[in-house]
Amino acid sequence: MHELPIVKSMFDICMRHATANSVKKIIAVNLKVGEVSDLQDEWIQRYFDFLARGTIVEGARLKIERVPLVVRCQKCSESFAVDIRQGKTVECPKCQATEFAYVSGREYTVDSLEVV
Amino acid sequence: MEARDIRLIEVKEGILAESQVLAGKLRERLRGTGTFMLNLMSSPGSGKTSLVLRTIDALRNELRLGVIEADIASTVDSEKVAARGVKVVQLKTGGFCHLDAAMVSEGLDAVGPQDLDLIIIENVGNLVCPAEFDTGAARNAMILSIPEGDDKPLKYPLMFSVCDVLVLNKMDALGVFDFDLRAVEQRVRVLNPAIRILPASCKTGEGIDAWIGWLRGEVRAFRNG
Repeated sequence: MHELPIVKSMFDICMRHATANSVKKIIAVNLKVGEVSDLQDEWIQRYFDFLARGTIVEGARLKIERVPLVVRCQKCSESFAVDIRQGKTVECPKCQATEFAYVSGREYTVDSLEVV
Repeated sequence: MEARDIRLIEVKEGILAESQVLAGKLRERLRGTGTFMLNLMSSPGSGKTSLVLRTIDALRNELRLGVIEADIASTVDSEKVAARGVKVVQLKTGGFCHLDAAMVSEGLDAVGPQDLDLIIIENVGNLVCPAEFDTGAARNAMILSIPEGDDKPLKYPLMFSVCDVLVLNKMDALGVFDFDLRAVEQRVRVLNPAIRILPASCKTGEGIDAWIGWLRGEVRAFRNG
């Protein structure tokens, strides 16, 4: 259930762009999903398939690229990727500070559509 | 079908963009009425309604309070809040597992922020989706209760990273469960170094003063900011 509203929003974006471009069929959808997202690739595809049934998007393959969590150090402005499941206190690799601003890793972006 | 027939359409559109724009508008609206809105999130059964009731009892004489209740199907929570004589609106999410800014906007129309100092959103009990959607609240709070276990920050990292304060509820049950307070604090700080962690028990009242103190301070800072 949790996945449905999010996948539905992605599906709606695909349909809107497909209609605007007079597309016959969508073959694949390139998605960028942040690593912090709890949604699993397999389930994103299953919910998508459910929504796409009977539309021009039916059968489209989702190519999901995971975007790593990147933060920027508040002190020295160094940007670096964080492994959120490592369980250790994160510090800046350059200056060892522990306060950061979020840069990326939470997004759900429809990057492009492969269509005919 | 041959590969040359396939063309690429650039989209570059994020799904939460629309919701975030609306959430920004809600924040402006609440800034205009001088109303502080708190988004309270947690798993089912961790004590959201109990904390809301404790908060009402502590602050009802100094602040004009309103509550937006979200539930998939029932109205049991809003009935408890209404029994305290506080303005409450029940949103039935009809199977949706979270509130988004559009639903909160409807709740605000019904509860009337112009006459209120503090609105608490009791979000749907769930640690996954509510974390994804900006409700337009000034601050996000979450509850983790002792029986749920100290591994939750590892399982639901986003929720712990979007909250300003974490209430560890049911501290009275600490002796019964294998819950490592230091481990949970360490795991939470990895995700969110600035988060306030407040151990409490809605049953015994332990730690409620610290929670009320935090909330009172935030409401004051909001009004002065």
